[in-house]
Amino acid sequence: MFIKQLSIFVENKVGRLQSIINALGENDINISALSIADTTDFGILRIIVDNPDKAKLVLKGMGVISKATDVVAVYIDDRSGGLAAVLNLVSDAGIGIEYMYAFLGRTEGKALMVLKADDEVKLEKVLSENGIELAKPEKI
Amino acid sequence: MKYWQQEFETMPREQIKKDQSEKLKWQVERMYEKVELFKKRMDEIGLKPEDIKGVEDLHKLPFSYKQDLRDYYPYGLFAVPMKDIRRVHASSGTTGKQIVVGYTDRDLGLWADCFARMLIATGADENSFVHVGYGLGLFTGGFGAHDGAVRIGATAIPISAGNTQRQIQTMIDFGSTVLCCTPSYAMYLGEVIEEMGVKDQLKLKAGIFGAEPWTEEMRAQIEEKLGLKAYDIYGLSEIMGPGVSYECEYQCGMHVCEDHFIPEIIDPDTGEVLPEGEWGELVFTTITKEGFPLIRYRTRDICSLNYEPCKCGRTHVRMNKPQGRTDDMLIIRGVNVFPSQIEEVLLKIGGDITPNYQIIVDRENNTDTFQVNVEMSEELFSDGIKAIQKVEKQISDSLRSTLGIGPKVSLVNPKSIERSEGKAKRVIDKRKLR
Repeated sequence: MFIKQLSIFVENKVGRLQSIINALGENDINISALSIADTTDFGILRIIVDNPDKAKLVLKGMGVISKATDVVAVYIDDRSGGLAAVLNLVSDAGIGIEYMYAFLGRTEGKALMVLKADDEVKLEKVLSENGIELAKPEKI
Repeated sequence: MKYWQQEFETMPREQIKKDQSEKLKWQVERMYEKVELFKKRMDEIGLKPEDIKGVEDLHKLPFSYKQDLRDYYPYGLFAVPMKDIRRVHASSGTTGKQIVVGYTDRDLGLWADCFARMLIATGADENSFVHVGYGLGLFTGGFGAHDGAVRIGATAIPISAGNTQRQIQTMIDFGSTVLCCTPSYAMYLGEVIEEMGVKDQLKLKAGIFGAEPWTEEMRAQIEEKLGLKAYDIYGLSEIMGPGVSYECEYQCGMHVCEDHFIPEIIDPDTGEVLPEGEWGELVFTTITKEGFPLIRYRTRDICSLNYEPCKCGRTHVRMNKPQGRTDDMLIIRGVNVFPSQIEEVLLKIGGDITPNYQIIVDRENNTDTFQVNVEMSEELFSDGIKAIQKVEKQISDSLRSTLGIGPKVSLVNPKSIERSEGKAKRVIDKRKLR
């Protein structure tokens, strides 16, 4: 079960990030997870939102380039070693993690992590087979 | 048929010179009488029409400039009464007001002949269907191609520019065999044809593309996507329109219609005529045109001429594809850089579309800095940092190998590069501002 992540090109300039986040807010788009990867010249803002299609349109309208990517959101036991247990499974299956980041809230003893792997299909299969709960898109 | 006007197209060099000399004398004499600005410039340097005995004296004549057309706008440089002008065309400069040119009946005829030569060189004949996708209007492209098609007895399809779906449907339904349009529009047509999956329904054999600079890479892509042989044509409204020079089947430079236009290559700074084969500014003299003749018109195109005989049998001199303009060439750390070279590199990398770009040159600690900003596009963007950095590096490495000098490349937001009248401002040279 995949959820849709938006990756957004952000030029390294004062006010760019702010204008993007503002536009999403003004259009009633709620961000539930977020991460920024940066270089000296530009950054990639990765977000999980309640309405990715609308968000993409809003961004396009303001001349911002974005791309939808499938990622897996996995529930992790909120205890020491919780994330390690999941990553062990992934690593043992020979799957590489390209990046990961955490959701902003937490629910009843669980933390929610976004995982992007080099092989999404395999990642989802391995986690499901091992009884790890994945977030459904409608729950995000 | 191999030639349209064999007598002129294959005339021996000595005879060309004789022919040009006669026509030049005729032109100088009548212009001295009829064009006030020309007389004024001649008088200023103490030159009389009778001092011009032939082409060997061409270099003595004063230059003319695009600014003249603005100063004498609209009809001030015409050499016949307006009752003899049958048609006018205009072109928009990137700066200032438009310029107007006029043609007599005879001018329109010789223009049609020039374009006809091009059509015949591509293998077209009276059975051809010539799809005129240049705008039919004040722009010379459309009518030039149309009149040429009619001249050789082909069927003209004056569809004009725009409405891509309809263009393609018309090509299919009407059986277009020769496509005339700008190379960038041909690229776009090719993309849409690919999307529609109708390439095998086209009957195109040749394409005549001009009115803007294009590259060999574009040629290959256009030929592949449209399934035709792509020919380059050169022209400018001031001199006539498309057909001043054109490629033959060997595509090794463009034959200048020397029975109507004398080309020269000059040093743009000193005005001196440069030796054969050297690169410099292309200058034209129209020796047969009646309505709006020009003597030694500075095109600002950087070009070179090749007088070697061509395999096609045409004796007319070949001009190389202009390598930019005297007014946009940059010298960065002693290296000549043309924005068109950068465009060529970006085209290769960006898939089929040239991303918008901007060149920024500055000077720090007595050394030139060279930066190229490239607008991010859907095609270039991907979710991974590494992939984007790879694109950046690829652009910068390709530019370094093409230009011999490596710029700093930055990917910037779409539409963030300043545009004026829809055209992106390509070059910002901050060195000049100080």
